[in-house]
Amino acid sequence: MAAGTTEGSRFRVIGTRPVRHDGVEKVTGAARYGADYAFPGMLYGRVLRSPHAHAIIKSINVEKARKLEGVRAVVTSADLPELPDRIEQGGELPINLHHLSCNILARGKVLYDGHAVAAVAATSPHIAEEALRLIEVDYEVLPPAMTVEDAMAPNAPILLPSLRNKEDGPDKQTNVAAHVQFKRGDIKDGFSKADYVIERTFKTAMVHQGYIEPHNAVGIYNADGHATIYCSTQGSFVVRSLSAAVLGIPEGKLRVVPAEIGGGFGGKTTIYLEPLSVLLSQKTGHPVKLTMNRAEVLRATGPTSGGTIRCKMGATKDGKLVAAEVWMAYEAGGFPGSPVPMGAMCIIAPYDIPNMVIDAYDVVVNRPKTAAYRAPGATNAAFASETIIDELAEKCGIDPCDFRIKNGAHEGTPQTAGPPYKRIGMIETVEAIKNSPHYKSKLTGKNRGRGVATGFWFNIGFQSSAMVNIHNDGTASVVTGSVDIGGSRASMAIITAEVLGLDVKDVRPLIADTDAIGYTDVTGGSRTTVATGLAVYEAAQDAVRQLKERAAKLWEKKPEEVEFNNGMLSAKANGVKPMSIKDIVPRLGRTGGPITGRATVNARAVGPAFATTCVDVEVDPDTGKVSILRATVAQDAGKAVHPSYVEGQMQGGTVQGLGWALNEEYFYDSKGVLRNTGLLDYRMPTCLDLPMIETVIVEVPAPGHPIGSRGVGEVSIVPPPAAVANAIARAVGVRMTELPMSPGRVVKAILSKDGAAVASAAAD
Amino acid sequence: MPTVIVPALLRKLTDGRERVSVRGANVRQVIDDLERQFPGIKAHLVEDGDLKSGINVSVDGEMGIGGLLDPVNETSEVFFLPAIGGGTR
Repeated sequence: MAAGTTEGSRFRVIGTRPVRHDGVEKVTGAARYGADYAFPGMLYGRVLRSPHAHAIIKSINVEKARKLEGVRAVVTSADLPELPDRIEQGGELPINLHHLSCNILARGKVLYDGHAVAAVAATSPHIAEEALRLIEVDYEVLPPAMTVEDAMAPNAPILLPSLRNKEDGPDKQTNVAAHVQFKRGDIKDGFSKADYVIERTFKTAMVHQGYIEPHNAVGIYNADGHATIYCSTQGSFVVRSLSAAVLGIPEGKLRVVPAEIGGGFGGKTTIYLEPLSVLLSQKTGHPVKLTMNRAEVLRATGPTSGGTIRCKMGATKDGKLVAAEVWMAYEAGGFPGSPVPMGAMCIIAPYDIPNMVIDAYDVVVNRPKTAAYRAPGATNAAFASETIIDELAEKCGIDPCDFRIKNGAHEGTPQTAGPPYKRIGMIETVEAIKNSPHYKSKLTGKNRGRGVATGFWFNIGFQSSAMVNIHNDGTASVVTGSVDIGGSRASMAIITAEVLGLDVKDVRPLIADTDAIGYTDVTGGSRTTVATGLAVYEAAQDAVRQLKERAAKLWEKKPEEVEFNNGMLSAKANGVKPMSIKDIVPRLGRTGGPITGRATVNARAVGPAFATTCVDVEVDPDTGKVSILRATVAQDAGKAVHPSYVEGQMQGGTVQGLGWALNEEYFYDSKGVLRNTGLLDYRMPTCLDLPMIETVIVEVPAPGHPIGSRGVGEVSIVPPPAAVANAIARAVGVRMTELPMSPGRVVKAILSKDGAAVASAAAD
Repeated sequence: MPTVIVPALLRKLTDGRERVSVRGANVRQVIDDLERQFPGIKAHLVEDGDLKSGINVSVDGEMGIGGLLDPVNETSEVFFLPAIGGGTR
């Protein structure tokens, strides 16, 4: 269902729900994924990984492996150039190329269980696997620092000897890579005005994106020094630039062909196997394919951070938030770069709070280097703040939706980092939940509760390129560099059809490789429909401009005398018969040649997104198992280009948030070795665990964007853990402060409460 | 004159001041004037002739895309904030 929406009213095609153009290939199995690629003479690569969480590599002997029949090459970090310890822009976020290279193949030290140490290419995957067993690595095992508390303690084991931070100065080794702070107003004065103050410490677990398709790459190095990579990625251009840097080859000599992708959720915005496939191909003269298994994905690719958040908030009796004080530290993994700055900017972003101080710390620990995961940093943060908001609403005796509406951020409210919001839909999402059939329904039954939470995500714009080609039969194709993960082909075709006045079936959407389209940033940050969609909109407008020029030539008019509406060219003059695109196409050769509309953008008009989620739970007080009875999410999409795919994003994000809430976590043993390396033990929710997620699309158009769209891919993951925690509190009267809220933790909380009640009764 | 809203951790360089009036018609000129008033602050914002990696600029609530070249007018508010990425689907 839709709320606050004018679905279809301003547009002819935008807002409709056509079948996706790539649907047949996907459902028939014809679509080619990275692991499907095969080439003559292709070799198979495997990666040797560290069994230790923290160790010095004293030596690596690969001679026995090299001598195994069928082995064609063995490489270590000695085969890669040593890159400067310097921050550069890479993909969505700044990246330290030295750290990136050391994560591809460890140099001198291993920093987590699963850290890549060497790679082999052989004539079969089995020989490659056997060769790994013949590589001799002499480790000096060091004690690991597995949590932010471990790593921030005095005398903590130091992961990166050269790491320094600005505050501790150049002489002090540290595991704290960065500290950011946001301040507004007078925090003491703010709390002095509060009638109620709640303060709690929250812990969240490291969790993985859980994409079904493991990482893969096929590298082909040609004798002329050019190379091609076929891989599963969210951004072919970021694979090109980062792989070229790691390999020390010019970017222009590397072509990246993005395969179909079986999920990414942010985790495929960086590189792991890609440069190794080229390096091994260069060494052997053959194409080399590498694929990860599930254990490798979980051990050695980038999950998102767990961490600790201390959150204190105050409100007046009448329910006005007056102050917030937050200390938060996130696990970055073995190299700096957790999403803690984003978490800090998200934690109170839905609210108008006059006084606040937020301190956030990026901390290296002996876990895999974290990568982006759907609204990175925001879900952990919202678990803390939205739990406390709920408690304050309870203290004030105000409905949790009304409390949020009363304090909700709106146009003009300063964001955490300072700039004021433009038009946003935070309050509208809460109102949509408040007015939903779900929230209005009565929840009855023992040990059942209903919880609400709101989440924020910035959304990003960044750079995109697009081309719109007009074909001889009057149809069109739209070419972009944005990998299609969530249905963006359909969205790009819809936007093109809208501008050109075509049927959406007459627009063919294509995704080009890095040599065939201009630079395009990753499919991430909820940017594709907004930014690549803007490029497509402008490219289609460019095609329309050219069509009008051609019609003007034919009619011997000025281009400004020609109009274009719903696919028809016309001019106000006697004897001019309107023409469709199909009519004019045969005349293009005589008027200047084929028409291709082009556009490149660095999108600036980016509207932030808010989502509010309502969850009903039932708690088994004996086992602690929490069952999700009903869940509804309301999200501001600005303008839903293809509502079905918006709803799909809302449902997918909600499901991931529920998994994060109840089940998912990395289990490390005392030596820092990951113990749940398969999907039986790393428990993601399935359709058997959850009800159908109900959706309400809210449409508050993003100012400045020609369609009004906001990014929709991320924010729905943010509220669920807090919504579940708030529902549990209403069901059984305990406030959960650690994720996941697994049966053991829930039972422990219930027993602690009951124990306290018994002790209290005994004392009376 | 444009106003720079100084990031919290850099306020130790601006005598604790959160808002500083500066001269300039673009972000580069604004930072140069900030440096003139508070020597040492530029090194926290600029590297190799561009905004430091990891820092973004917002002018009047609009996320900057031109870095140091983003225009600033007489009434502009200029914010420096951490760069933002994301991950989806």
